[in-house]
Amino acid sequence: MELSISYFALYREVTGSDTEAVSSEASNPAELFAECQARHPGLERFEASLVAVNDEMVNWETPLSGGDRVLFFPPVAGG
Amino acid sequence: MFEISDGLLQPQDLAARLADPTCGGYVSFEGWVRNHQDGRAVKALEYEVYRPLAQSEGEKVLAEARERFEVIEVAAVHAAGHLEIGGLAVWVGAVAHHRAAAFDACRYAIDQIKVRLPIWKKEFYEDGDSGWVNCEQCAAHGHAHHAHAGHEHNH
Repeated sequence: MELSISYFALYREVTGSDTEAVSSEASNPAELFAECQARHPGLERFEASLVAVNDEMVNWETPLSGGDRVLFFPPVAGG
Repeated sequence: MFEISDGLLQPQDLAARLADPTCGGYVSFEGWVRNHQDGRAVKALEYEVYRPLAQSEGEKVLAEARERFEVIEVAAVHAAGHLEIGGLAVWVGAVAHHRAAAFDACRYAIDQIKVRLPIWKKEFYEDGDSGWVNCEQCAAHGHAHHAHAGHEHNH
């Protein structure tokens, strides 16, 4: 299935990209992130890393569907 | 009311929006840009905000605060972009008939804002280096300072 991936803050710096269009069979964000790590050395998933799909916060095991827009967030630091 | 602001936050204007004759308690929290972090001199910082989700998640946090505590209103504004030392990074205000609920709601809102909103803080240090706060990878990413993930960054 075709997915769009967006990286923010540190993740954008490490991958050198804002957004990627990928073809993937990953069933959830955790698997998708692991695929991204294979493409981007230095991309790390921290305990406090977060993920959103189509602008909704989800957990790492939420099933993905074709066309989803997956957002990978390094640990947040507002306030 | 939750807002992301590119301009300088003016706490007195923000507080005025909460004025309510039935309320006897107003509690606010201001997060200021501090000149040091983990022993390093900080010169300025920049907030990166993913606005669509920061906005919706910010509104959710405020709705939860209204539901959990006996407040009449709770509001928050978070800055985006470049801030100098002493700048106001975040403001939270809560008004209630009595003070206890206002304190509780204000504390709840700032604590949740810090851990849930997609907002990232990049610090620029006096020595010319820079780093993302709360990001343990900083050490592996060519920065000299030690890892500090999971560490509480209190303003």
